Amino acid sequence: MSFRLVLNPITCVAHGMCAELFPERITLDDWGYPIIDKRPIPADLEDHARRAVAACPTLALVLERESQ
Amino acid sequence: MATDTGTARTDVPPAVDAPPHSRLLAPASKRSFAEHLAWYGDLPATNPSLIGEVERSGLRGKGGARFPTATKLAAVASRRRAVVVANGTEGEPASTKDLVLMSHVPHLVLDGAVVAAEMVGAGEVIFCIKRGSVVQPMLERALAERAASSYDSVVIRIVGAPNRYVSGEESALVNWLNGGDAKPTVVPPRPFERGVDGRPTLVQNVETLADLALISRFGSAWYRSAGTADDPGTTLVTLSGAVARPGVCEVPFGVRIGDVLRVAGADPADLSGVLVGGYFGAWLPASIAADVRIGVDELKRVGGGLGAGIVVAMPARGTCALAELARATRWLADQNAGQCGPCVNGLDAIAGAIAELVAGGAGSGRAETHLARWLGMMEGRGACKHPDGVTRFVASGLRVFSEEVVRHRRHGPCPDSQERILPTPRTGGWR
Repeated sequence: MSFRLVLNPITCVAHGMCAELFPERITLDDWGYPIIDKRPIPADLEDHARRAVAACPTLALVLERESQ
Repeated sequence: MATDTGTARTDVPPAVDAPPHSRLLAPASKRSFAEHLAWYGDLPATNPSLIGEVERSGLRGKGGARFPTATKLAAVASRRRAVVVANGTEGEPASTKDLVLMSHVPHLVLDGAVVAAEMVGAGEVIFCIKRGSVVQPMLERALAERAASSYDSVVIRIVGAPNRYVSGEESALVNWLNGGDAKPTVVPPRPFERGVDGRPTLVQNVETLADLALISRFGSAWYRSAGTADDPGTTLVTLSGAVARPGVCEVPFGVRIGDVLRVAGADPADLSGVLVGGYFGAWLPASIAADVRIGVDELKRVGGGLGAGIVVAMPARGTCALAELARATRWLADQNAGQCGPCVNGLDAIAGAIAELVAGGAGSGRAETHLARWLGMMEGRGACKHPDGVTRFVASGLRVFSEEVVRHRRHGPCPDSQERILPTPRTGGWR
């Protein structure tokens, strides 16, 4: 079972918390909006991913189960 | 508004003659129901096996995405209480093929809408066109004729949709039909899952519908008798720019773009670049474009896309291609729906940087550095594919017109009074 990050670009308003909490997979563009690495998240990084998701003030970031 | 077919004709761009492959574009327009039936024959009863026939035909959507039509039909047909949306909004400014098709053979498109509805078990078709379009009275007249003879099993309603570049995207159209702004929404759910009134919704371009009307009459083997194995059938192409005879023609898949240009009276040797697929497509050097065959995979292979079948010819002289690129990019940036940060900010920045390339001089180098960075970070960042499309349009343009960039850096902008090639029409609101 693996997960990947999915962003709703409409609800995202660039708080930038996610990149702060999960820089391994999330960087910010020149305007502060997240660029998400869409590859599956390895098990050892899953906690970081969950923290980033939980911290998003607009609930724009979610963890999605990889469809096999 | 014109009330008879003779005067309305003048409002519609001309169809370039392209026999012997006229299927969708009958040799002369078939506006009346009697003319239509005399030319195409009666519409046979739809049966469940027709989706299989569509699959065998290899038909792919003509709105731009070129998605297999049978797959979409089957997805909606497997669900209950379906709705059909006929998409004739034609948001690509350089495309007039839907307008020509609907005004040339309105009943063929309506036939297709009926066939599609019957295939997916829908009782209702919402027929979307641009608000204020000249085809509205033509379609209404056609519907009245059909109603008088109780021809159709489904109800067809014509609606004028907002005229914005991204409003014809299927999720945007559905959102507007549901009472919202005509702006794209996050997918999934896609319209086939949850569309108009939350019901499974089949959104099909009007040219695709006309193809369905032909396939239901003449079958998949007939459909495949034109075109190639990978791209069966014909497709409508809108030619504009530096061509003697701009307009719409119907060509079998597999013809070379150079031959299509020659039919329209343009010599590829006189062109610097060709935009294939419209603002959602890509620029190709004219020398390469001339040999490329019209086909979905053919164009993908050269880094482009067929889109809605748009070909715009950029002349080698008399027009500054870079200034045109800048003007169109600014227009595209302004067409963003104001929803997604990367699109709102990124496209504006990209349009600004290209304007700096046009101005040339000291700012040019910095603009090039910015563009390399920004164009590389836009892909897949929006709810819809608008940022992806603009990125491809700009990046391919900068490659094809790279000599222009150098010339502008050294000598500054070209003198004014240049002929405009790329359309940047006035657009309306979101509702």
